[in-house]
Amino acid sequence: MRQLFLVLYLRDLRLAWRRPVDALLPFGFFVIAAALFPLGVGPEPQMLRQMAPGLIWVCALLATLLSLGALYAGDHADGTLEQLMLTGHDGAAIAAARAAAHWTLTGLPLVLVAPLFGVLFDLSGDALATLAFTLLLGTPVLSLLGSIGAALTLGLRSAGVLLILIVLPLAVPALIFGSGAVAAVEGGQSAQAQCSLLGALLLLSALLAPPATAAALRIALD
Amino acid sequence: MRFTTFAAPSRFHRISGFVLPWLWAAAALCATAGLAVGLLHAPTDAQQGDAYRIIFIHVPAAWMSMVLYLALAGWAAVGWVWGVRLASMLARALAPTGLACTALALVTGAFWGKPTWGTWWVWDARLTSELILLLLYGGYLALVESIDDPRRADRAGALLAVVGAINVPIIYFSVRWWNTLHQGASITLGRAPSMADSMLLGMGLMTLAFWAWAFAIVFVRLRAIVLERERDTAWVRALGAGEAAAHRVAAMRGATA
Repeated sequence: MRQLFLVLYLRDLRLAWRRPVDALLPFGFFVIAAALFPLGVGPEPQMLRQMAPGLIWVCALLATLLSLGALYAGDHADGTLEQLMLTGHDGAAIAAARAAAHWTLTGLPLVLVAPLFGVLFDLSGDALATLAFTLLLGTPVLSLLGSIGAALTLGLRSAGVLLILIVLPLAVPALIFGSGAVAAVEGGQSAQAQCSLLGALLLLSALLAPPATAAALRIALD
Repeated sequence: MRFTTFAAPSRFHRISGFVLPWLWAAAALCATAGLAVGLLHAPTDAQQGDAYRIIFIHVPAAWMSMVLYLALAGWAAVGWVWGVRLASMLARALAPTGLACTALALVTGAFWGKPTWGTWWVWDARLTSELILLLLYGGYLALVESIDDPRRADRAGALLAVVGAINVPIIYFSVRWWNTLHQGASITLGRAPSMADSMLLGMGLMTLAFWAWAFAIVFVRLRAIVLERERDTAWVRALGAGEAAAHRVAAMRGATA
């Protein structure tokens, strides 16, 4: 099972490596969306600093979800997914590998670039570190939750919008704890509680999302 | 008799046909009595004046919105796990009513909030959770409506509803932690309610009315879904043939008279 996970994980990374632009699209979306806000709401540093945690988190959330539409679509279209599920391997391992690869390709770059945007929004050093840390804990949750939605909407008309519609309400806790932690640090408080809850959320979704995704894939391919 | 005895769509269709008029009557009766008690008999609130009277709609609608989501997730799961067709259809029939109750609770809440808090909307825990509940209903409906194959739609909807039901407490507590400004709950278990008896009576009657109405409207929708999905079965054809014959008889009577 570990072997299967590793093979699929590396396969996805290799596929992305050969088509680098596809993998960079959500990243580009994040950069543009985050850069639009100061243009929309005005350049006052005080206000931007106050809005930055939530703003960066919402942009990360949307960038992650936008890229999830294609998570299983390609393999579904050419029949790879069906063959994979027919091999008799554990569907949860397949789903977990896919979610992990998705996180490596979209979540991790966001974790790395978010502090840069924090600087643009005039966040303090501590808040920047907290922002990166909460994104590190929170973006895998989004990838895991989103893969359930991607499997449920497999092959449907307007699957992309549908996916966002069904996953966004489920992602609310991650958003609240993630941006709350940064706001707490910015306000001079400890972010330990938020980070612990975010970690708990990550454990819970890592445990439950892959089997749920596998079940959704079986439903979609039935 | 087993627990699946009533799960046969044909039997459900027959029995619900008998029950429906009674449910409608109960809903109308309880609503009339509840509104009469609530609007005419219950005393004016010392702090909120007459504005509080919207609770006779608001609170039952909010309760129903939550109960119906649990019922939706529960029946969808039963239909998925045990392959009970009627349970899956019931889940589909419950969703629009749940959505309507959630929207009603939000709108009446805004009407209540304006005179008492001075604002239509605040981002506090209960309002925000209710809004997210609305989004969950919307997501469920959007998903099942965009899948053409009913079997896949039922199962995918069931999975989404179960994931949503697991998430509801997490969402509720995260949102509550995020912000709290709402007035404390008026009715809590294990504590005497801080309301006049007639207010409580009105609320109880309205709650019964909402339950009866929800059962009735869900049964009407479920009967339609049953007939649509079972249209190729013998019993629906027999039903259709019987009705056509009745129409012919009525038409003939009209012609002779």
